[in-house]
Amino acid sequence: MRVNIEINGERHTADDVWPGESLLYVLRERLGLPGSKNACEQGECGSCTVYLDDTPVCACLVAAGQAEGRSVRTVEGLGTEDELDPVQEAFVRTGAVQCGFCTPGLIVAAHELVHRSPDATDAEIREALAGNLCRCTGYEKILDAVRLAAKGVQR
Amino acid sequence: MKAATPEAVPIAGGTDVMVELNFDKRRPPALLDLGRVAELSGWRTDDGHVRLGATVPYARIVGELGDLLPGLAMAARTVGSPQIRNRGGVGGNLGSASPAGDAHPPLLATGATVELASVRGVRTVPADEFFLGPKRSVLAADELVTAVTVPSAAGPQQFAKVGTRNAMVIAVCSFGLALDTGTRRVGTGIGSAGPTPLRAAAAEDFAAEVLPWDDPPALTDEVAREFGELVAAAATPIDDVRGSAAYRRRALSVLARRTLRWAWQDVRVR
Repeated sequence: MRVNIEINGERHTADDVWPGESLLYVLRERLGLPGSKNACEQGECGSCTVYLDDTPVCACLVAAGQAEGRSVRTVEGLGTEDELDPVQEAFVRTGAVQCGFCTPGLIVAAHELVHRSPDATDAEIREALAGNLCRCTGYEKILDAVRLAAKGVQR
Repeated sequence: MKAATPEAVPIAGGTDVMVELNFDKRRPPALLDLGRVAELSGWRTDDGHVRLGATVPYARIVGELGDLLPGLAMAARTVGSPQIRNRGGVGGNLGSASPAGDAHPPLLATGATVELASVRGVRTVPADEFFLGPKRSVLAADELVTAVTVPSAAGPQQFAKVGTRNAMVIAVCSFGLALDTGTRRVGTGIGSAGPTPLRAAAAEDFAAEVLPWDDPPALTDEVAREFGELVAAAATPIDDVRGSAAYRRRALSVLARRTLRWAWQDVRVR
């Protein structure tokens, strides 16, 4: 099937898509958007988190056909080549990025949180990021990053 | 469509179906995307009940139904992660019919009914008659789960679940409790401790009989303990990777005791 998806504000079309392949596969392998990472493929790790119509979801659990006509925002759509999104900037500044594999998913999840709830408590931050696994940082610097990003949004 | 292509796999949040597709465990000839069917994606109240559409995501159950369906909302709150709760819903939980499904204990405890639709018509099945075995239910090949109808809470409800962390956990065991202070009935639902979700009928009868409903004093240790033991006795758990049968029974007795205490405290405060 042909799938039409608005991604990061632009209309994209992918052909010869098997309706049951994941949105993640379409993004990475068919549309050249490798920012969303492919790790567990079962919704466990959050590395593929994207906005689907403004709601954070695991792209690996959305069937390509379900994304037809919908709007998707990936980590590539947050900042620009020249200017990082404040959440990305906060991750860089606090050292919340180590191997980097979980980072795109965490950035999207954190982006959603700080815009929905810029005065989130630590417990709320942990809850919001509970679906994103990081095996490097021990999460402390990620929490620092989200607090810093939230301050930026509050201002 | 489901009747014309019974082998088509319905998909809503995709949190079960996509895992099977991603891991090549299933290659259905067709997927039936229920996500765009408006009738399935909302809820409404109707004569003391909530009719909850099959695809209403857990996030909305948590956000919108905490007062009307507190037990189900508490269970929904423990499902997966924010990303999973944004997609998954009760219809898919029932369709998958896992004994560990988080929505099942509160549906059993509240006496909910499941609405199944096909070209042959619509039928409703009590939640405790819906499950036949692990991942098996009365859902026919040409049918879809369209909604659940859950009585609005008529007293305190509780849900508790044992797992290794606070997110992304398939229950080791779980327990749902619903008290009806009007009819003085007690409802129970046991998750992940048997081939299907189970009710603990003896525990329900015991508690309904002995709870001091009039001018309620504190719950005695004896009642709480006996209730826990009756719940544990109703379970038929197995040893598996998530836990042993003995641990599940023990944990269930504790969950049952605790949830009864919490719920009874609510009765007293009211």
